[in-house]
Amino acid sequence: MTTDHAVDIDKQVRIYITVFVSLMALTIITVAISRFHLPIHLAVTVALFVAIIKGSLVACYFMHLIAEKKLIYAVLAVTAFFFAALLALPVITHSDGFWIHGLH
Amino acid sequence: MDIPYTVEVRRDTGLTNGKIGIWLFLASEVMLFGALFASYILIRTGAPTWPRGDTILNVPLATFNTIVLISSSVTMVMAWASLMRHRFGTYRIYMGATILLGGVFLVVKYFEYSHKFETGLFPSTNNFLAIYFTLTGLHMLHVMGGMAVNAYFWGPGAKLYKTNPEWFINRVEHSGLFWHFVDLVWIFLFPTLYLL
Repeated sequence: MTTDHAVDIDKQVRIYITVFVSLMALTIITVAISRFHLPIHLAVTVALFVAIIKGSLVACYFMHLIAEKKLIYAVLAVTAFFFAALLALPVITHSDGFWIHGLH
Repeated sequence: MDIPYTVEVRRDTGLTNGKIGIWLFLASEVMLFGALFASYILIRTGAPTWPRGDTILNVPLATFNTIVLISSSVTMVMAWASLMRHRFGTYRIYMGATILLGGVFLVVKYFEYSHKFETGLFPSTNNFLAIYFTLTGLHMLHVMGGMAVNAYFWGPGAKLYKTNPEWFINRVEHSGLFWHFVDLVWIFLFPTLYLL
């Protein structure tokens, strides 16, 4: 193991610990916010916003997505597209066919 | 015959076969959980009333489990970092801790499930509990699967480190990617089911 490599790993370990502390703090924030009993739309928005930050931290740093090859990003972009389409299905269902038939 | 591209990267992808394989598998997992999340949205928005999760479920226990799972993600990545530093003993400690934390998560979940069943709350009771048991049950199966793979790399699979350390480090990285994905799913399940 070269000295540069060892320093690089040491730096990464410090990042992992920082991410860990951030995730713990965000978990506490998530639970604390839920105690306010916000209106449902606001509660969903805030809860998902915090969850997306937490998820991004895990994906970027623990799963090393912050410095990954282009092919992995391409695979994830396709996945994200179909995932979004999947989650859009309930919205389409609840819009009485507006997205399919338009304004008639 | 040796399996190709376990250590050296392919020139066309710039990746080892194992790395691209695990990411394709995780992509399929995203779609699996995505389908269930879409079902949850459909059922919830279609229902005339929907209970808040904290009126039925145990939030302190779930918060504890969130902390346990996040901690296990850190020990997992530290296990990989230990191998990168060629500290096999430290790797064993961190990997052992990851498996142990996975076990703690399952024990807490067992108590949560038991309490629900004792109070007459089953998947058939209502739509909320049906989607709760389906999502958390599938997630629990993933925790078990991840623990089994990690236990293999902690125990018998660790022999590979003596003969081909780079391949072993790659394998641990790939099992780590799965474990972090399991953590990632829980990060979204926790507020969705327990807090909203």
